[in-house]
Amino acid sequence: MPAIELTSPAALPADWRDILALTKPRVMSLVVFSGLCGLLAAPQMPPFVLGLTAILCIALGAGACGAINQWYEADLDAKMRRTAKRPLPAGRMDRQSALHFGVGLGSFSVLLMGLATNWLAAVLLAASILFYVLIYTVWLKPRTAQNIVIGGAAGAFPPLIGWVAATGHMSALPLLLFAIIFLWTPPHFWALSLFVRSDYAAAGIPMLPVVAGLSSTRRQIFLYSLPMAAAAVAPWPLGLSGRVYGISAAILSFVFIVLAARVLGNRATEPADMAAEKKLFAYSVFYLFALFAVLVADRWLAA
Amino acid sequence: MKPEDELVRRQRERARIMALLLGAFVVLLFFITMAKTGMNW
Repeated sequence: MPAIELTSPAALPADWRDILALTKPRVMSLVVFSGLCGLLAAPQMPPFVLGLTAILCIALGAGACGAINQWYEADLDAKMRRTAKRPLPAGRMDRQSALHFGVGLGSFSVLLMGLATNWLAAVLLAASILFYVLIYTVWLKPRTAQNIVIGGAAGAFPPLIGWVAATGHMSALPLLLFAIIFLWTPPHFWALSLFVRSDYAAAGIPMLPVVAGLSSTRRQIFLYSLPMAAAAVAPWPLGLSGRVYGISAAILSFVFIVLAARVLGNRATEPADMAAEKKLFAYSVFYLFALFAVLVADRWLAA
Repeated sequence: MKPEDELVRRQRERARIMALLLGAFVVLLFFITMAKTGMNW
């Protein structure tokens, strides 16, 4: 029997922690939360186990996106400090395993969603995975500074999928939830890209601060926060949510706009001086969690 | 640790996790079937 060549870590079977890291668990948590809120805000609840399965499928679909994304961008990740320690650029795993894992996980999540809930939810899940991988990762991200704007749609799918998994059909509120995440994504990502822009520049990714400059990015962050706030408050005047949500959304969005205005007024060029940008990025994550949590609470109070 | 030992350790660890996941999947399928057929107990 020939001796096994084990000089490279990638020659070993991947450690389970590295396989888990491929799924980007931190990103997955926000996806799962927004999907869960879409499901819980729906007017009818599926049996517990089917709701749980729907959320599991959304999580697995998000994990598949993360794995395929890391497979495709392994070379780029190696050039960025923030991502150089991921399993593929660090050489702890071979690329083909990551691709097989991602495609397998994605296919499994779509099939399970279709069998457990309904096929409209499965089609939406498949569309979100394909949109993220093909439209965002492969097509837009390396080509245009608007990558985040259009690609943001991929991250906006989960509440829609959660709702459809529960009800079997679409309506105005889940489409508004889609719009909120779609409009929230650019200011969220651009705030991050302002203080890690040297990483993006080194990797040749045309993020807005790299292509259009800092002041233009800051202006775009502020401008996008306005329609985002309008979409966030919209369910209240449209009669799709109650006062609790409406007032909370207005307050949360007002704070977002104030922080975005501080970013607009900041002239710093060094990441160390970008406290306003870091604050907006951290708040944007809290904002989405709080907004969706209040929406669910409001719907349950009304019921 | 020798590379051969590390290989065996990782294989064992992955086999255990795979067994757990497969077991959980079987249990999940069972409960999904119960829910889809409308059985309550």
